[in-house]
Amino acid sequence: MGSPLLGVNQLLAQRNRAAFARSGALVLNLMSSPGSGKTTILERTIEQLAGRVRLAVIEGDLYTDQDARRIEGKGAAVVQINTQGACHLDADMVWEAWQQLAERQPQVLFIENVGNLVCPAEFDLGEAARVAVMSVTEGNDKPTKYPLLFRQASVVLLNKVDLLGYTDFSLERFRDDVGRINPRALVFELSARTGEGLAPWCQWLEEQVLARSEEDELHGRAGP
Amino acid sequence: MHEMGLMQALLDTVRGSAEQHGITRVKKIRLVVGEMTMAQPHSLQFAFGVLSQEPLFQGAVLEIEARPLVATCKECGGSFSPGRDYCFICPGCQGQGVEITSGRELFVDYYEGDAE
Repeated sequence: MGSPLLGVNQLLAQRNRAAFARSGALVLNLMSSPGSGKTTILERTIEQLAGRVRLAVIEGDLYTDQDARRIEGKGAAVVQINTQGACHLDADMVWEAWQQLAERQPQVLFIENVGNLVCPAEFDLGEAARVAVMSVTEGNDKPTKYPLLFRQASVVLLNKVDLLGYTDFSLERFRDDVGRINPRALVFELSARTGEGLAPWCQWLEEQVLARSEEDELHGRAGP
Repeated sequence: MHEMGLMQALLDTVRGSAEQHGITRVKKIRLVVGEMTMAQPHSLQFAFGVLSQEPLFQGAVLEIEARPLVATCKECGGSFSPGRDYCFICPGCQGQGVEITSGRELFVDYYEGDAE
């Protein structure tokens, strides 16, 4: 038979990917454990980029809209998905949410996945890149315990570096582990709370947006 | 956690195929699960037990074949096992462009059953 169990999700993810490509949006799927600071990173990132880059956010959460309310008013369009207990977002949920965001023509769409290092890693949402977020307070063992999520990420954000002095977290071991599991990943070490290290991440995002719009001009794709 | 959903997809797939081929009783399902998937064999067996209550699956056995994790270097073409350290740097040429060639499988290999 050879029927892949995630085959339906794969097909829907391809539909999403094609729609994202037509729109020109850079779509990033943010994955982490609960409490690593995904929403705070997004809040600070939106504050930095608002007015220069059109941003949108799809917020995944089990039941609440607390995260979406935090993002609202920061200058990004936001749609909440409640998974009603499901431990991850799937491609179909993202498609539904995208229908409400497409007309805003975002240049960057962040998808904040459900806080969970296990299940989201298996579900392609049609994103251009995955961003793994982890924080100093979670301890050093996360990349080696959840290698798939870190292996598949193009970008790894280490958050809460302002707390390094209060924990046993070893930056050297972190760099080592990520460098072994995913040597080509781009790593940003930052603190969303203090703003330390946020600039290189935001700069990287802006460069990606710029590269895309130049490519669009090259291919004569209609801008907004 | 998502093994229930995966098992539902598995049973839907087999049910659909069984209907097409006039199979009324499934005896065995063989599933291939790579080492680097987030699907735990134990949880899959548990989900199978819970979800396979209908007559079609009465007495059916779920066999799970584990596929080891193997990576292939895109630079020198060598294959290697990343091991328990998950080291994705080629031991032959230190290349970093490495592809997972086995270990990400998650599919129904085949099933066996009886027709009317």
